[in-house]
Amino acid sequence: MSSDDPLDHLSRALRDAAPDPDPQRRAATLAQAQENFARAQAAGAGMRPISDRRPWRAATMRGVKRMTSLLTTRGGLAATTALVAAGLVLTLPDLRTAVLPGGDAVMTTETQENALRPKLERSVAEEAVMDAEAPMALPAPPPSASLTRLADHSDTAGAPSGSVQFFPPSPAEPPAVAMPESDTEVFANADTNPLRIAAEAPISTFSVDVDTASYGVVRASLAAGRLPPSEAVRVEEMVNYFPYAYAPPAPGEGPFAAHVALAETPWNPDTLLLRIALQGEMPAVEDRPPLNLVFLIDTSGSMQDPAKLPLLKQAFRMMLPELRPEDEVAIVTYAGSAGEVLSPTPAGDRRTILAALDRLEAGGSTAGQAGLIQAYATAEAMAENGEVGRVLLATDGDFNVGLSDPGALEDFIADKRDSGVYLSVLGFGRGNLDDATMQALAQSGNGLAAYIDTAAEARKVLVDQLTGALFAIAEDVKVQVEFNPAQVAEYRLIGYETRALRREDFNNDRVDAGEIGAGHSVTALYEVVPVGSPARLTEPLRFGADDRAGPAEGPLALVRLRHKAPRGAESSLREIEVAPDPAPADAEFRFAAAIAGWGQILRGGEYVGDWTVADAADLARGALGDDPFGYRREAITLMQLSESLER
Amino acid sequence: MSVSDEVLAQAAAEGDGDAFAALLARNYDRLFRLCWRLTGAQAEAEDLTQDICLALPVRLRRFDGRARFSTWLYRVAVNAAHDRRRRAAAHARAAEGWGEVEVARAAAAVEAAAAQDWLTQAMRRLPEALRDTLALVLDDEMTQAEAAEVLGLSPGTVAWRMSEARRLLRDGAESEESP
Repeated sequence: MSSDDPLDHLSRALRDAAPDPDPQRRAATLAQAQENFARAQAAGAGMRPISDRRPWRAATMRGVKRMTSLLTTRGGLAATTALVAAGLVLTLPDLRTAVLPGGDAVMTTETQENALRPKLERSVAEEAVMDAEAPMALPAPPPSASLTRLADHSDTAGAPSGSVQFFPPSPAEPPAVAMPESDTEVFANADTNPLRIAAEAPISTFSVDVDTASYGVVRASLAAGRLPPSEAVRVEEMVNYFPYAYAPPAPGEGPFAAHVALAETPWNPDTLLLRIALQGEMPAVEDRPPLNLVFLIDTSGSMQDPAKLPLLKQAFRMMLPELRPEDEVAIVTYAGSAGEVLSPTPAGDRRTILAALDRLEAGGSTAGQAGLIQAYATAEAMAENGEVGRVLLATDGDFNVGLSDPGALEDFIADKRDSGVYLSVLGFGRGNLDDATMQALAQSGNGLAAYIDTAAEARKVLVDQLTGALFAIAEDVKVQVEFNPAQVAEYRLIGYETRALRREDFNNDRVDAGEIGAGHSVTALYEVVPVGSPARLTEPLRFGADDRAGPAEGPLALVRLRHKAPRGAESSLREIEVAPDPAPADAEFRFAAAIAGWGQILRGGEYVGDWTVADAADLARGALGDDPFGYRREAITLMQLSESLER
Repeated sequence: MSVSDEVLAQAAAEGDGDAFAALLARNYDRLFRLCWRLTGAQAEAEDLTQDICLALPVRLRRFDGRARFSTWLYRVAVNAAHDRRRRAAAHARAAEGWGEVEVARAAAAVEAAAAQDWLTQAMRRLPEALRDTLALVLDDEMTQAEAAEVLGLSPGTVAWRMSEARRLLRDGAESEESP
């Protein structure tokens, strides 16, 4: 190299400019690293035989001072563990404020400088996440070894929280995501629908439900190694999470097809399962009206978690190419004070939209109501000429500021729904996810509530089902089933506890109900006990029963469906008779039954007898169908996981 | 007495705390200097070094002695630097050091008088991949072949990157002379 080689020049300049490391930082880091080392050893002790000494060791280590075998002795190990346990107790409250609770290894003892603490916690936790997520170019890393060790250790130390959790690999699942421990979650649910006696209450009425949030919560819990809280399980949302290959409506049939089928119940050979499946039509994308989307994004401090705002941005980027150029997008944020980050912009102007998205940053507390009002104002302005306007609320459910009365907020949303702006709610992250509020808001807003925990889920909700999620083809869809007491002794609606309607609500067009989006399907299952079945749980009436019974022959039931055209005022009615003869269930039916059975077991398994999760998994395995995105396979993996977690 | 880093690392990986202490004390300054070359700012370098050191006890279990310890450690450092940059970019606060191009442009006028200016300007002119390569190759104890091993690249690619860096530096110098 000649002397005028710019690289030489640069090299010299680099050497001259290089500062010396700060001695205090150096000392602190070395001490902290040493502590982490001791902790990691104690944690890994059970997993790696550290007494496995190599012959060269004794000779080569002579130069190292104070060589001890402290950590290899039983007493030494116990002492180390006790030390760590003490550290855990002392610093536990800090976990709640940490960006990512990252297990014991990220904790410091009381003697540590407080100023260093948050940074230390974060850096190691992020390392752990990074390990699982993006294998670095290291020599053959063992799968998630560090994660397992950290998690294991927190168990041995008896820590109630703070373990690092990870998702197991599964077909549709992206790599691991660490989640904070659940904290203040509220779930919407009601008692399991009771058994009804057909002779006494032959009519069952409910509103359709296309939400999928419950399945997401169940999946996240299982992946984190815990059974979901039973109140988080809504069976119909689990069943409806999956796409089913139902035939689309025939020409002239209306906006959705109805498929009714009857088959033997998997968990009880003496009862029948009645399936009502609705399949929305899928208009060509070119034919759909332009969308006016307002993203109302929660940018409060709690959204900073990698599973929240960053995932949301990723989801948004994936969705953008699916929009047509004439669709319009706006972004409103709320944190501290609400603000319009992106004024309505044609979806074709991708650069502007992406730039606005990149500027989003989490910080501040949540002002949900102010943001919502601004988002609606924007959406109304965009949808002047009778087009569909929709607010997509992305949040971790933390409506803790500015909301005085949840009921008033729901009323506000319902009001706006009538004026043509709908609301969907996308839930991110766990910890303070307010599932109940999410549900209530989406229900009032004619929208869907989905829980997004992974990039794959974001794709499913926002991309695969984009048109469906954002474009309703039928509204206020209600289902009413009248059972024939001559055929049916007892029946029970599986799931839909939060969607029950009163009998008289069915014909009342003023009573709101769920919508069906383009291409969406809705599945509902009834377990039916035929007259004379040994599975009957109640005694038949001895007196007066015959007066009520219908003809000894006749249909099993009559299914009535009502729906309104989008933004229509009057509903139209359809009736379908159900013949009393069961037929072999097709794959779609069997899979829905497997999920329903599993969901019921997760809720407590009141009515499924000794049927097990393994049975559900077997049934599902035989009913995979096409499963192009691997959703069904993923469910089987989760079933196996839940089986291993049970008791 | 001179136990090699590799031996210390093996011992540390097997649970010897003193070996770990000796290993880290021996390599800290060198690691810090690499971190400084990767980031270009003292505070960033301190933080990055700390990140690496604190994660090392767990990570060290994967050190299998096939590579030199310094090669292995530098690879950990480069990856950690990438990660840190990615996070910093995500949080849009990469305002220090060699930094983001846009940030650098905005700050250029202010920093024009700074003593390190030529160096900062020169480094900022280079794409990230070239900066990282330089940070490794310009280490006194590192050969180009070892730098290639750290980066998981062929020696040819590293040589090409060096000549590319040379070309860019020269172009930059010329454009400065003719405003």
